[in-house]
This record gives sequence, structure tokens and C-alpha cells, in this order.
Amino acid sequence: MTRGFIRHFPGNLSEVKLIVNGVEYEFDLDPRTTLLDLLREHLGLTGAKKGCDHGQCGACTVLLDGRRVNSCLILAVAQQGAEVTTVEGLGTAERPHPVQRGFLDHDGFQCGYCTPGQICSAVGMLDEVKQGRPSAVTTPGDDLLSDAEIRERMSGNLCRCGAYPNMVPAIRQAAGE
Amino acid sequence: MKTFEYRTATAASAVLAPDAAFLAGGTNLVDLMKLGVATPDVLVDVTKLPLDRITDLPDGGLRVGATVRNSDLAADPRIRERYPVLSQALLAGASGQLRNMATTGGNLLQRTRCTYFMDPSTPCNKRAPGSGCPARAGDHRNLAILGGSEACIATHPSDMAVALAALGAQVRVESATGERTIAVTELHRLPGDRPDLDTVLDHGEMITAVDLPALPFATRSAYRKARDRASYAFAVGSVAAALDVADGLVRDVRLAWGAVAPRPWRATTAERLLRGRPATHENFLAAADEELRAARPLRDNAYKTTLTRNLTAAVLTRLASAGEAR
Ligand SMILES: Cc1cc2nc3c(=O)[nH]c(=O)nc-3n(C[C@H](O)[C@H](O)[C@H](O)COP(=O)(O)OP(=O)(O)OC[C@H]3O[C@@H](n4cnc5c(N)ncnc54)[C@H](O)[C@@H]3O)c2cc1C
Ligand code: SF4
Ligand code: FES
Ligand code: FES
Repeated sequence: MTRGFIRHFPGNLSEVKLIVNGVEYEFDLDPRTTLLDLLREHLGLTGAKKGCDHGQCGACTVLLDGRRVNSCLILAVAQQGAEVTTVEGLGTAERPHPVQRGFLDHDGFQCGYCTPGQICSAVGMLDEVKQGRPSAVTTPGDDLLSDAEIRERMSGNLCRCGAYPNMVPAIRQAAGE
Repeated sequence: MKTFEYRTATAASAVLAPDAAFLAGGTNLVDLMKLGVATPDVLVDVTKLPLDRITDLPDGGLRVGATVRNSDLAADPRIRERYPVLSQALLAGASGQLRNMATTGGNLLQRTRCTYFMDPSTPCNKRAPGSGCPARAGDHRNLAILGGSEACIATHPSDMAVALAALGAQVRVESATGERTIAVTELHRLPGDRPDLDTVLDHGEMITAVDLPALPFATRSAYRKARDRASYAFAVGSVAAALDVADGLVRDVRLAWGAVAPRPWRATTAERLLRGRPATHENFLAAADEELRAARPLRDNAYKTTLTRNLTAAVLTRLASAGEAR
């Protein structure tokens, strides 16, 4: 594990330790820094996108201690010691994550802007399904990966291109791996 | 965003500085800070306190800690079995990502989504007391038909709170001056001429838990939400209900409405009318109508009266005919 020291801000700073994609970092942060800005501006991880900056689009979705969250509404100072996984930490071009593979195989995107968020969200969502967690459309005994279930569970990620239809089989394929 | 100092809460009984605010999941507060609507000098993070558990109460009820995440509460097997209305209400709200951060306490204390309230460039009596209420003549399509005042017609946007109101939940709060318990239906104030005060809480009172009383017939309960798109949108109207039917008669009923008032609206008039009466669609409509006599709709939100009436009858009719709870 490498260790990075990033000190940018003068004035009112808070010390924060975070593990991002398996690498431990220490930051001296302006407390206003959101997790999204930390990833993009401080670490140069531009996979997570700033679509709305208000929790309304899902483009900034990352995994926080394994759970999907909107990084734009999270203050980095409040996540001392947390583990963050971004789309960059999921897979590589040579060895894509099953969800990335699914999106490629099924053409689950057009412009690609929302895609890192969609992929992180799908990874978190498949874990929720594995745990048997319900969604708003779940009736006991039903298949938690029906089209209706996948659509509802992914409703926190908007796609301006409307590439939704192919994401459904992409995600189902990944669930089988 | 105005700068602030970040601290973690050490105890619920600690004193909260005058310009400090509690931070939980941050999904509402951080948003309002970005918008310049909330401007705390200090944030006191409550999520490191041991308030993240759901425990059984001796009477068969459950105690839900204030920092239990909405997604964990919705997925808890005891909640799904004993209080399906609560699980359904939570899952109908926000998105998977937001529910993973949002907490019980923060959800209850989230602020109105009135567009003027969220835009500091406009007047708003709730945000800037005395500045006026542009919603009355302007955009009020999703604002209150019940419980509003001349000064403010904001609605409380929570889905969870509507289920909690139907279930008769109690909110436990603690501060430097002690502890108290408040019925969830009494937590939010009606605006009157002080719309700036959302709740009866004093500054520094921390929600530590929400107690769900034992309510055996709540195994037959449901939440239904109407909104502008199929998912990931706030309610324009919602109904939480639990129904106990025997021999075709309503033995007991719990009914609460969302998105129609400044607080989750427990429909006590309708409940009273229904007890002992035949559990028919007609009677459900009549009971809703009686409760809605107090409605004072404006130009663009009168649809909520019809919507709430029909949703109520639909939910109760389905519960009445459901042989089993789900
Ligand atoms: C795009 C979007 C869509 C949404 N859709 C819905 C929806 O459909 N239905 C719905 O119900 N909600 C919806 N929400 C709102 C969401 O449910 C709330 O933002 C969330 O529940 C707030 O919880 P939190 O823990 O993040 O609170 P925070 O943002 O941390 O805090 C909210 C308020 O509560 C106070 N507070 C927090 N915890 C305590 C405590 N323990 N004691 C005292 N005060 C406390 C804070 O000081 C603050 O004033 C949506 C939000 C967004 C951004
Ligand atoms: S309805 Fe209430 S919150 Fe909305 S503008 Fe009027 S005073 Fe402000
Ligand atoms: S950028 Fe975070 S939800 Fe849109
Ligand atoms: S692929 Fe373009 S926004 Fe989703």
C-alpha cells in the first residue's frame, strides 16, 4: 500500500484519512470538500461525474465501505477512515469488472457520461440483491432481478441519453457471474 | 458554501453551540448548505454515536436508533414482518444511494421541498421570517391543502414519517437539559404565524431513537405513493394505513397522509368514523371526505383532495380484501 500526502488548503483545515481504491491517503481538507470533489479535484479520479451536485442524478455514485452512495452530498471530513471504491477501482481495460463487461457486451450506454455512476450503482445494487434486500416493487417470493426490479433498483441513476433498455440485460448478465 | 467547523458528537446530552447544527447522513443538510439555505458555523456529526441499532422493546415494539440508515431499516426482517407499511414507505422514498446515507432522525427533520424555500434569491417566510410567501400566488402545485396558514403552506416531504404517524410512533429526544418523548404526530408544528419553526424541538435537542409500539394488526398495513414519475420523486400524495377487519367490520384502523400538510397528517376523524363500520369502499371514501372537509386547496393543488380521497379508499379496500398481510 502506498501512502499519499496531499496538502492544498490554507486556513481552517481538517485532517482526513481515506482509503481510495485500496490506497491509503491523508488529506488536510477544507471541511466543505465533498467526497466527489476530493476524488475529482484532489486525486484526479474523474470517473465519478458532477451531474447535478444535489443528489438528483446519480452520476457521482461511488461505493463507500461497500455501499453505493451519492458522493456529491457527502462531506469527506465525515468519512474518516472509510474505504471508497470508484469506477477506476473496479476493473481495468484488460480485466473489467463483470458489470463493466455487461455494459460493454450489451451496449449499455451512449455518450457514457452517466456510465461510471451507473456501474458503481449496479455493483452496489447487486450486493443488496445478494443480501435479499427488498425494493419498492418486491413482493415476497419474486425474482429480485426481474426487469421491474432492476429498473426500480437503478432508478437513482438518470441517463440523459436514455440508454436504459440495454442496461437491464447488462446488469442481469453481471449478476450471473 | 459558507465555511464551518466539523466536530463529532460525543454524547446526546452535550450542549449544542448557538450556530451549530447536527449532521447525520447529510443528504438534506449538505444540499441546503450548498444552496445557502442552511448556514451553520459548526456541524456536529451524530453518526459516530452508538445510535445505529434496532432493538426489541419488552411490549413487542421496536426501538429504532436515530442513525439507523433508511435502507437498513427498510430491510430489517422485523420491520418487514411487523410493520410492512414502514418498510414500503422507506423504499418508496429517494433512491438506493440516498437511502444508504439517510438516517431515521434526519429523515424526520428534513425540510420542505418548497421551491422558494430552497432558493435564497426569493422571499419565503420559513427561510426569512416576514419576507412573504410567494407560493400562495405562485408555484404551490405540491404544497399543503391541510394545516397551512396565511404565512406558509409548505408540506413535509418525508414518506417514512407518514408510516410512523400511522403506527403511532414516539420520538425520543435528549439534550443537556434532559430527555423527553414526543408523539411523531406532534413533532412537526403547524406553521401559524411562525413558519420558521418546523418542529417543537428546542435548539440542541437530539433525536436519539424512534419507538414503534406493538401493533399486531399492522402486519396488515401498506403504503401507497403517487408521484410525477414511477420512481425517485417526492410524493404528490401518499397514504399509510393499517387495517383490522373482523366479520366485514372495521375493528381498528390507522390512517395517515403525506404531501398534503406541514406534517404527516394522521387522519383521526376518518379513523373514528370507520371504527365499527362495514369495511366497504363506499365507507372508506366517505371517511376520507369527512377528514378532507378541513382542506383549503389553492388554484393549483385542488387535485390533491381527490387524489388523497381515492388513494385512501384504494389502499383500505385492498387491505380489507387481503386475506393475509404482505
Ligand atoms: C434527490 C432527492 C430525492 C429525495 N426523495 C425523497 C423521497 O421521495 N421521499 C423522502 O421521504 N425523502 C426523499 N429525500 C429526502 C431524504 O429522505 C432526506 O434527505 C434524508 O432522509 C435526510 O436524512 P439525513 O440523515 O441525510 O439528514 P441530514 O441531511 O444529515 O439532516 C437533516 C436535518 O435533520 C437534522 N438532524 C439529523 N439527525 C438529527 C438527530 N439525530 N437529532 C436532531 N437533529 C438531527 C439536521 O440538523 C438537519 O437539519 C430525497 C432527497 C434527495 C436529495
Ligand atoms: S410555502 Fe412556506 S416554505 Fe414555501 S415560500 Fe411560502 S413560506 Fe416559504
Ligand atoms: S452529482 Fe451527485 S447525484 Fe448528481
Ligand atoms: S449514456 Fe449519456 S447520459 Fe447516460
